[in-house]
Amino acid sequence: MFYREAGDFSTTYPQDSQTFPIKFDRYRYYVVLAIAFLVLPFVMNDYWANAVFVPFLIYSIAAIGLNILTGYCGQVSLGTGGFMAVGAYSCYKLMTAFPEVSILIHVMLAGGITAAVVTLFGLPSLRIKGFYLAVATLAAQFFLVWLFNKVPWFYNYSASGQISAPERSVFGIVVTGPNTEAWAKYLVCLIFVTICAVIARNLTRGTIGRTWMAIRDMDIAAEIIGVNPLKAKLTAFMVSGFFVGIAGALFFAVYLGAAEVGESFGIDKSFLVLFMIIIGGLGSIFGSFAGAAFMVLLPVLLKNIFVGGLGWPTDLAAHLNFIVAGGLIIMFLILEPHGLAQLWRLAKEKLRLWPFPH
Amino acid sequence: MPDQLLFAIEVTLNGLMAGVLYALVALGFVLIFKASGIFNYAQGVMALFAALTLVGIMEGQVPFSHLINAIFGTDIHHFGWHVPALLAILMTMAVMVLFAWLVQRFIFRHLVNQEPIILFMATIGLAYFLEGVGDLMWGSDIKTLDIGLPQGASLWVEDNTAWLGGEGFFGFFIDRLDIAATIVAIILVAVLIAFSQYTKQGRALRAVADDHQAALSVGISLNFIWVLVWSIAGFVALVAGIMWGAKSGVQFSLSLIALKALPVLMLGGFTSIPGAIVGGLIIGVGEKLFEFFIGPMVGGATENWFAYVLALLFLVFRPQGLFGEKIIERV
Repeated sequence: MFYREAGDFSTTYPQDSQTFPIKFDRYRYYVVLAIAFLVLPFVMNDYWANAVFVPFLIYSIAAIGLNILTGYCGQVSLGTGGFMAVGAYSCYKLMTAFPEVSILIHVMLAGGITAAVVTLFGLPSLRIKGFYLAVATLAAQFFLVWLFNKVPWFYNYSASGQISAPERSVFGIVVTGPNTEAWAKYLVCLIFVTICAVIARNLTRGTIGRTWMAIRDMDIAAEIIGVNPLKAKLTAFMVSGFFVGIAGALFFAVYLGAAEVGESFGIDKSFLVLFMIIIGGLGSIFGSFAGAAFMVLLPVLLKNIFVGGLGWPTDLAAHLNFIVAGGLIIMFLILEPHGLAQLWRLAKEKLRLWPFPH
Repeated sequence: MPDQLLFAIEVTLNGLMAGVLYALVALGFVLIFKASGIFNYAQGVMALFAALTLVGIMEGQVPFSHLINAIFGTDIHHFGWHVPALLAILMTMAVMVLFAWLVQRFIFRHLVNQEPIILFMATIGLAYFLEGVGDLMWGSDIKTLDIGLPQGASLWVEDNTAWLGGEGFFGFFIDRLDIAATIVAIILVAVLIAFSQYTKQGRALRAVADDHQAALSVGISLNFIWVLVWSIAGFVALVAGIMWGAKSGVQFSLSLIALKALPVLMLGGFTSIPGAIVGGLIIGVGEKLFEFFIGPMVGGATENWFAYVLALLFLVFRPQGLFGEKIIERV
């Protein structure tokens, strides 16, 4: 009844091409932002921040990054874990080498370094396609993890081989290290997520996003109509790498505090982020958020039900988690190959006709 | 002969043996990919599941005992009998056939005509599911698998090669289990080739691999062929699971050999059975020699990534792999 374009007139071109053409959506977006920025930081406690919100926000950035590469440009990557490790380790090196520079700049720089590394590993994508490329990105995953394990320079020759984030603050508020308040962690991640999502959304609906999608749909045809595959593929790798790098840096510096590369950035991290975008929806920014929320909440929920509610042992809950996650992925692929984002789109279509569907 | 050369030969021999084991896993991939176009990521987990089931049946474990105990507060774990190895293998095979049927009936029948990448992702989901089921059914502790395969260094090889070197060289060290695995792999490949050449089902399978629609039009049941090919892949997974399980214990890391089989496939080409074997041997020898010569200079453990990087470099020059069909792209 209230969810439709009727009566909402666009009088300028920017208005005509805005992200949320329906007034209700626009207000909903502002309300969500307002709640996220103005309400949640005040009610945040340690459990909610560490178990749900901070991982959700960080994985959202990683999922947006992978979604740009896989969902928009069609290049399947199984190297996300390794690329996140690049972000984490470059952030660590920068933090320890230049302690006086703001951590926010370090995180951005870590994103830039990761973008360069990912672009390098994206070069073979010009020759190799499909599965072959997916397997080739595994080379990046294993090589990077091995590199960060074996070259002591990366972890500053620490005896344990771990990296741990020193205490850094922004405007006098501690954001990394063990003394960080829950709301500070949350707010830092939230700011990065908001900026990344806005950038990603606007990139994907512009010229560059269209060239990515043309490459995804059929690269030879795209080449014939004048899309430069070199440029399109490498920019996709670069932008994706930037987001994944930021996610990795935040994951290490803000969320974990201390990390060991094989443990925190192993192959299962690559699959986790891949699952997020499959369940959320390939080629959708909203889908990246939905998928990240789903995959973060699922284990928490199952653990609360089985361990908290029924009193089963934790290892049993972990096994059931595998079963449920795997089963859900198969179910989604069968019932709705375009993920939660497509369900959302369908719901919106229905809502526009409601309450008179005929 | 100089010692360095002798060691290199020994490393090469061991690499060949390891390569045979990689090839065993890769074979399962190729079979399914050829027949149904599905790139089955779950092959490694199938090997793990088969090995777990085999151990579970042999030891007389109660399936899902953890779950049952948690729900009903009971304390059951074993039936208290031991099943002989051969019978247990047959029973495990039956489980794998049942699994093949379930997979076909409840997953891939609903995904016919989907894009290959969707099918690939479905098998990743399947891998997670199966891993969870395997752990839930038989428990996640490390188990030893002993079905009477020979173990330990082969003294015969050592005695007969000791004369090659001088003082301090005691002959080549080769695990008897590796030799057994090689023999089993050769038999397996021979049986598979004979099956696909000389039996009615084998021919039908090749027809489906060649052209789905043409096969349908001459009256071959795709459903049956797909169940058949998943069963065969289950059988290959069982063999691979037994070999790897006997070598390093039945545990979670067994499922990671699937990842090792991927570069083998890329090197050999996804559609070629000889390719899987040659690729396996190249990867096996390559990574052992690289670790032997270059490894000490860069800190070791290069086996983790060498295979992938080798495959990556190789693909840049020959995108379809060694024996793969030439990729022709049209708009």
